[in-house]
Amino acid sequence: MKLRNVLKTRTPKSPVHKSASGPNMPKAKWLSFPYIVWMIGFIIIPLVVIFYYGLTTSDSTFTLNNIALVMDPINLKALKQALELSLVSTVICLLLAYPLAMILNKSKMNSNSFIVMIIILPMWMNFLLRTIAWQNILEKTGIINTILNFFKLPTVNIINTPAAIILGMVYNFLPFMVLPIYNVLIKIDQDVINAARDLGANGMQTFLKIILPLSLPGVISGITMVFVPSLTTFVISTILGGNKIVLIGNVIEQQFRVGNWHAGSGLSLVLMIFILISMAILSKYDKEGSSLW
Amino acid sequence: MVKKFFERFYVGLIILFLYAPIIILILLSFNSSKSRAKWGGFTLRWYRELFKNESIMNALYTTLIIAVLSALIATIIGTAAAIAINSMKKTPRTIMIAITNIPMLNADIVTGISLMLLFVALKFTLGFTSVLISHITFNIPYVILSVMPKLKQLNPHTYEAALDLGATPLYAFFKVILPDIFPGVLTGFFLAFTMSLDDFVITHFTKGPQINTLSTKIYTEVRKGIKPEIYALSTLMFVTVLLLLIIINRKNDKNANKNTIISKI
Repeated sequence: MKLRNVLKTRTPKSPVHKSASGPNMPKAKWLSFPYIVWMIGFIIIPLVVIFYYGLTTSDSTFTLNNIALVMDPINLKALKQALELSLVSTVICLLLAYPLAMILNKSKMNSNSFIVMIIILPMWMNFLLRTIAWQNILEKTGIINTILNFFKLPTVNIINTPAAIILGMVYNFLPFMVLPIYNVLIKIDQDVINAARDLGANGMQTFLKIILPLSLPGVISGITMVFVPSLTTFVISTILGGNKIVLIGNVIEQQFRVGNWHAGSGLSLVLMIFILISMAILSKYDKEGSSLW
Repeated sequence: MVKKFFERFYVGLIILFLYAPIIILILLSFNSSKSRAKWGGFTLRWYRELFKNESIMNALYTTLIIAVLSALIATIIGTAAAIAINSMKKTPRTIMIAITNIPMLNADIVTGISLMLLFVALKFTLGFTSVLISHITFNIPYVILSVMPKLKQLNPHTYEAALDLGATPLYAFFKVILPDIFPGVLTGFFLAFTMSLDDFVITHFTKGPQINTLSTKIYTEVRKGIKPEIYALSTLMFVTVLLLLIIINRKNDKNANKNTIISKI
C-alpha cells in the first residue's frame, strides 16, 4: 500500500498550485524547529563525531593513520572487491529494472498498482532471512543443483563465490532501482512521445532521444540507491560469501566488533568519499529529491 | 502478440526471482527437520512452539514497539517539518531538503556507527532508547518525502478562506490542511514503520548487549542455524501484511471507481 500511495502522489495530472508554497500558506517556520534540532543532534553532530574518531588516536592526538589503513593490502583488496561487486550489481540491476519499469509503465491498468505492490511486498519478510534462503537455493545440495542433477546436468558451485554475493545484492536492491525509474517514466507526458512519433522518429529514436533522457533523474537515483548499499554491505557478504570473501563493510564491522573504533571510523571516512561522490552526482540531476521514492 | 508474451514472461521471471526465497522460508516453517538443508516432512510444531519461545516473543515485542513509536514520532516531527519547509523560500528550502536526504543516501553502516559513537561520547548507555532515537532519525525523511508532494497539491485558498471565516490557524490546520494531506501522512507512517521493522544494520550498532530486535536476533543465529520458530513467525508476519494489503487495495480500487464515476458526472 505504501507504494500505491507514493505513486498516487506522483501522478502528473493532479493540479499543482504554484502558490501553495510561499506567503499564502501558514507561516509556520517554527514548525521545523523540532526537526532542525533533531537533525543537528542526530545527523550532523554524529558525522562530526565520526570525523573526530577517524582523525585521532585513542589519546586524542591528530593522525591520518586511520585513513591510511585503507592502503593496507588486505583492506585495499576488500575495498577493491566491494567496488567491483557493487558496480557489477548496479549494472545488472539497471539492465533488469529498466525494461521492467517500462513494461509496468505501459500496462496502465487498474491492476498496475497491484503489480508494483508485488515487487515491494518481499521487503516485508526480514531481509536477513530472505538472504539466508538464497543459501538453500545456491548451496552444493541446494535447489539449483538438485534440479541440474535431475536433468543429469553438471552442477554449479555458486555459494561462497563473488557470484553469490552479486546475486544477493541484485536481489535485495532491485526494487530500489525499479521504483525511481518507474516514478519518472509515469511522469513523462504521452504527448511528447506522440509528437516525436508524428515528426517521424521510429521506436528506437523515440526511446533514445525522448524517453531515456527524460528518465535520467530516475536512473541516477536508482544507481545511487543500489550502489551505496551494495558498496557498504557486510551482511550479504557474511551470509552468502562464507568467510571467504571480505568486503570493506566487513572490515569496518570487524574493527568495531573488536573495539577498534578509531580505525573503523577512519575506514568509514574513506567509504564516505564514495558516498559523497554519488550524492553530488545525484543532486545535480535531481534537485528536489523527488524521484527517490 | 509475441511481444506481449515476452513482456509477461519477463515480469513473471522477475516475480519468481523476488519470491523464490519467500516460498522457501514459508516451506521451511512447515519443515519438521530442524536443519535448513533437508526436508523432514510436514509439521505445525514450530507454530505452536513459537508462542512459548520467550526470547523470540521478546524480540518481536521490542521490534514492534520500536517500529510503532519511531514511526509515530517521526510522523509528527516530519509532518510539521514538511509544512514548514513548504512555506520556506528557495535557499533555506534547498538546504533543508539536502539535509533530509543525508540519512536516505548515506550508508546504513556509517549512520549506525556515527550514532553509536555519539551515544558513547555522551556516555549514554546503549539500549532501547538509543535504538528508538536512531530509528526516528532515519524515519523522518521518509515522512517528509511522503508529505511534501501532498502539500504541493494543496489549494492554499481554502486555508485562507478558513482564516477569513474566523478560524484560528490551529483550527484551520486540523479542519482544512490535515484532511487534504492525510494520505501522504499515512503513507509516511507506514513507510517509516516498514523501514524500522526491516532495519538491521543501524540497530546492530546502536542496540547494546541488553536488547534484541528480530533482525539482530536472526543475525546472531546465522552461523549456528536459524531456529525454525523464526520461519514460522516471519511467515505469519508476511501473510498478515499480504492480507492487509489485499484488503486495502480492494477498498482503494472501489473508491477509485467511485471517484471516476463522480468526475464523469
